[in-house]
Amino acid sequence: MIELKNISIVSGSFALRDVSLSLQHGEYVALMGRTGQGKTTILEAIAGLRMVTSGDILMDGRNVTRLAPAERGVGYVPQDLALFPTMTVRENVGFALKVRGVAKAERDARVHDVAEWLGISRLLDRRVTMLSGGEAQRTALGRALSFKPKVLLLDEPFSALDDETRQEMHALMVSVRTHTGVTVLHVTHNRAEATALADRVIQLEAGAIQ
Amino acid sequence: MLPSSTSDKVFRSTLFVLGGSYVLLVVLLLVADLAYSSWGQLAELLGKPEIVHAIWLTLGTCTAAAVLSMLVAVPLGFVLARYRFRLKWLVDALVEIPVVLPPLVVGLSLLILFHLPVNGVKLEDWLRSNLGWSVTYAVPAVVLAQFAVAGAFAVRTMRVTFDQIHPRAELVALTLGCSQAQAFWRVALPQAWRGMIAAFTIAWARSLGEFGPILVFAGATRMRTEVLSTTVFLELSVGNLESAVAVSLLMVAVALVVLLVLRGLGVERRA
Repeated sequence: MIELKNISIVSGSFALRDVSLSLQHGEYVALMGRTGQGKTTILEAIAGLRMVTSGDILMDGRNVTRLAPAERGVGYVPQDLALFPTMTVRENVGFALKVRGVAKAERDARVHDVAEWLGISRLLDRRVTMLSGGEAQRTALGRALSFKPKVLLLDEPFSALDDETRQEMHALMVSVRTHTGVTVLHVTHNRAEATALADRVIQLEAGAIQ
Repeated sequence: MLPSSTSDKVFRSTLFVLGGSYVLLVVLLLVADLAYSSWGQLAELLGKPEIVHAIWLTLGTCTAAAVLSMLVAVPLGFVLARYRFRLKWLVDALVEIPVVLPPLVVGLSLLILFHLPVNGVKLEDWLRSNLGWSVTYAVPAVVLAQFAVAGAFAVRTMRVTFDQIHPRAELVALTLGCSQAQAFWRVALPQAWRGMIAAFTIAWARSLGEFGPILVFAGATRMRTEVLSTTVFLELSVGNLESAVAVSLLMVAVALVVLLVLRGLGVERRA
């Protein structure tokens, strides 16, 4: 379970105050709201990429507010995907495992499994700069899920896709949930996407969860 | 080539004429040097032990200065591009000083730094008595004089390089289990490879062309601290214009070989 308790984040003229939110195990929550409301800021705070001014972030009852991102075990897919451009798809997907010192044989097996159910097996040796939009999305998802995180944070990852590819990605997200049971917090502007994928849709307005 | 109107053609021609005029100037300079010199003079030069010594010393000191420049430029460029801290504006301005200062002043400042008594002890004397290193008027002074100027150019290049790399990939790496150091080594640095080649090349080329600070801080002693740029000065000072021009051509050749090799490395890496 993820719990945000009265989180406040102040950065220059931007302020998010007293935000509270909780997600149950395996729940898929869509976070909506107008641009500039702080949706990305909330995801970054959960991932440990942004310091909170006050309040606490709990994961499975453990206070992770002051923990480094690496210690939180959260999968994160940003809007621009931020794939590692000097690496192949295989290296991107296996990155988290390599950093954790997982043996090559085990790493290869896991990368193979993840690639299989994300449909990117044939792309493993391709440079990520040579991928289409949908292929890049799948690779970013594979990279975020490779180390079996309990929580997956998605920051509008499908916003730049054409309708057909977006539908494919929606189907893939349903399969990801079934496959992993991961808890998902998904920022989106697309109401149809939110209702199609999420168990619950929440709205961020004027710096507060509605 | 795109289909173009008359105004497009005028615009393109203007670009080529203005840009080409500078290329023409460089070509004319080289042609003039070549016309003034002869293969015989070059061959004669290469037979002189002091010139051969100067060539090797030039290659060695330029490489050492470029390596030292990279050692400071990569971390400093990254710090300036990624971190916000108090007095950053001052650090920004300070690293630009060697770029804007007359090179001679850099040499003079180095000389003063090593010979200014602090609590009665000079840095030069301290290094000699404690570490056995002689700096002033010795080879280390050549490297330091080159490094003092070349380092600033390398820092500037690396800062721009890291500025152009979006930090998001490094942030994602943190969520995937990296420490900040791992994110730097595994994600940021591989992306900066082309910038590093460029920074090394610029530092090396600046070091090759450095003259003023070397003359002041290291002197121009034959078979000791003489590098190719000071050879030109020594030959000119005794009225030997032909030799000075021949050494200049030698510098052009050395620079071309090194720059082409480095560029080749960059292209290979890109492919």
